[in-house]
Amino acid sequence: MHYHRFLLLAVYLYVQIIQAQEKVTGVIYEGSEPDKNVPLSGANIYWEGTQTGTITDFNGAFELPYKNEYRKLIVSYVGYKTDTLSVTEPGFIRHWLLPEGTLDEVVIQNRKQTSFRSYLEAQNVTNVSSAELLKAACCNLAESFETNPSIDVNFPDALTGNRQIKMLGLTSPYTLIAIENIPSIRGASQSYGLSFIPGTWVESIQISKGAGSVINGYESIAGQINAELQKPTTDDAFFVNAYAGNDGRYELNNHLNFKLNEKWYTGLYLHGNLRDAKMDSNDDGFLDMPLAKQFNLMNRWQYMDAQNGFVGFLNIRYLTDQKQIGQVDFNLDTDKFTTNAWGGEINTNRAEASLKLGYVFPEIPYQSIGVQAAYSDHKQESYYGFNVYDIHHKSFYSNVIFSSIIGDSRHNFKTGISFSSDYYDEQVRNTDYLRIENSIGGFFEYSFDNLGNLNLIAGVRLDHHNQIGTFVTPRVHARYTLWDKAALKGSFGRGVRAPSIFAENQQLFSSARTISFVTTAGGRFYGLDAEDAWNYGISFLQGFRIFNRDADITFDFYRTDFVNQIVVDWEDPQQVLFYNLDGSSYANSFQTEINLSPAERVDVRLSYRLFDVQTDYLSGRLQKPLTPKHRFFANAAYETKLSEKGSQWKFDVTYNWLSDQRFPSTLSNPEAFRVSERTPHLNTLNAQITRVFSPKFEIYVGGENITNVRQNNPIVGADDPFGPYFDTSLVYGPIFGSMYYAGLRWKM
Amino acid sequence: MRKIVIIAVILMFGVQLQAQDKNAKATIEVDGVCMMCKERIEKAAIKTKGVKSAVWNVQTHMLALIYDERKTTLDTIHQRVADVGHDTEKITATEEAYNSVHACCKYRDEAVVNEH
Repeated sequence: MHYHRFLLLAVYLYVQIIQAQEKVTGVIYEGSEPDKNVPLSGANIYWEGTQTGTITDFNGAFELPYKNEYRKLIVSYVGYKTDTLSVTEPGFIRHWLLPEGTLDEVVIQNRKQTSFRSYLEAQNVTNVSSAELLKAACCNLAESFETNPSIDVNFPDALTGNRQIKMLGLTSPYTLIAIENIPSIRGASQSYGLSFIPGTWVESIQISKGAGSVINGYESIAGQINAELQKPTTDDAFFVNAYAGNDGRYELNNHLNFKLNEKWYTGLYLHGNLRDAKMDSNDDGFLDMPLAKQFNLMNRWQYMDAQNGFVGFLNIRYLTDQKQIGQVDFNLDTDKFTTNAWGGEINTNRAEASLKLGYVFPEIPYQSIGVQAAYSDHKQESYYGFNVYDIHHKSFYSNVIFSSIIGDSRHNFKTGISFSSDYYDEQVRNTDYLRIENSIGGFFEYSFDNLGNLNLIAGVRLDHHNQIGTFVTPRVHARYTLWDKAALKGSFGRGVRAPSIFAENQQLFSSARTISFVTTAGGRFYGLDAEDAWNYGISFLQGFRIFNRDADITFDFYRTDFVNQIVVDWEDPQQVLFYNLDGSSYANSFQTEINLSPAERVDVRLSYRLFDVQTDYLSGRLQKPLTPKHRFFANAAYETKLSEKGSQWKFDVTYNWLSDQRFPSTLSNPEAFRVSERTPHLNTLNAQITRVFSPKFEIYVGGENITNVRQNNPIVGADDPFGPYFDTSLVYGPIFGSMYYAGLRWKM
Repeated sequence: MRKIVIIAVILMFGVQLQAQDKNAKATIEVDGVCMMCKERIEKAAIKTKGVKSAVWNVQTHMLALIYDERKTTLDTIHQRVADVGHDTEKITATEEAYNSVHACCKYRDEAVVNEH
């Protein structure tokens, strides 16, 4: 106390002195404790551009002569941030010098949103971080969307436990799914590919609704999903995740990352999962989930030479996955292709390699060149009862992207060429289909940013495809800031894709349905044409403050209009009929989403969305079957305050309500083999609790479908699987009831 | 003889003009405090014809520039930044320009600086 008074007195005296002698005096304090006025002795103080300087004394005080031409006072101290003070007249200065690294600490204290939309980007992109992914059990990419209301997840059949995602009311083939910007979940891997990317490998996900960028190709129609994988430079040196569920599923993940030298890093990522318990909770004689085994290995090499502007990635991956489906009694050795019991196997082997090279011109940071190339060999051998389906898909993808500016950095462009080649060899029941697709194209994407309220991305690509011909794909996005924290975004664009109808609709094999086509002359894909659609979208994002914290609300509307679509017609229970669209087919999607934080460390996300998806079938216009019109979504997350040791609790709850859905018609079946016209609505609840013991170790327990909602008779004709009415494709909800799980994460 | 000298001088100028860098780099100090300042400073710089890239660092107060020397000079860029109210190491913004910046950006005010 006395000390402070003394200091004040001293300061007062100093002030008297300076005014007399044209001096600047003051005290420098330690900035990490701004309330305590701890003086910082030994700090350097000098006038910028001069030799005039001094060092603060024990009380942090200093005194310097002042001249009119002196403007800036530099204050520096080892371990602290150097500050420059504008001084325009002699006088007294108090300054708090911040320790180095304080800013970073502030960032950590400010909780980052785990999922957010940008106010500035032209595209309507939701960024999902790995922290968001940890909110659900999330064993693989297919299960990573449970806390995201923009993506619907459903089960296409009653046997494989496979999850299919939908965006804007359209199934996953209409969404371009890329791994680090290389289109990956396509062709043969369309049905099961998402379950082949382990959740722990995923660093973040970008979900872009609507037309998307032209750079990654012409295929996206409803949107693009890009998953960034863990990188050896940023991932933990050692990571283990173990998981067990009461549905008999066990998973193990292990990451090992090494820094080889200043420029080379490598990572080894291992994943294994196993389900060996036979579960039949609804007593229909069929396994609710397949028996499964997966081994998945990835090796990444990362090269970083920031000084010379080179970055590079080399990825090698191998996967083997085995599933056994069907009746509980089915024995692989004795019952395959017999009527002893109905069963099947889906065995997949996939090897892939990808290479990415990037060069940023060191003298011109806005100019860069990127090259990427990827090769994959995907082989699925499977049978569903007597139905054999084998597919061998070899795929090569490459592109070169050059990016620079026009005039100045408000006008950017990206341009380049891409080449891809796909070889498909399919055996469908007793028919062989062989197809080779080659496509070469050039793209140009211009983006304008006025550094304020407007930006615009206009892209176009011209492609030549050996089966489709030559076509143009334009896509445009714009963002306009109407007022503070309000972003209005619009987009439109075209998408064209080559259909792989069997790989995309594998559930048809687990049924007595026959496969029929209405082919057209010149149809290059199983006698059918390529799919072609336009997408239009508008979205509005408004940020606001409520409960004294940031919140935001989004409204978006998207419409997809098909010029041609391969209509998959399930309306006759005896067959699946494929034909080119004759008439119109569209998908309208409206969604609103609110993110807010009603209390400290509590996040709430509420969403409602509406689908209107209609297609002109041969029998007339119908709503798309098994697509709920309304969905309500709520997610709440709470975490306790992080202790000094870094321990905390995290709680997460997700609720979904789906309205009733239309079943495809089963009227022509005998009464006993019919399903109702519409499904009941669904309520599902998931919850998870995570106990973080330290930044290195945490455990989690959770439950999926806690309300134990189940579709009771998911298989039509389950008693007579070799009979004419057997069908496993009429699925609208969970087949397995509640599922509880526990797991741990350990990193070093 | 005099003509020859003039021609020689012109030629030398010509050569010098040729040697002018279309991707000249410079880093200048510009005073400011926040992200709003950053937007204002970068916008003023990049709207100067000939400036290709302008990135201002809020901590170091340094504005990294890439510009075409054939189209603009560093002095012009200093002036354009000062015109929107930010002092550069060479030019002090006029009182009028300074007053036009948002209240939270008043970098000459010690209290405002301390808040950041």
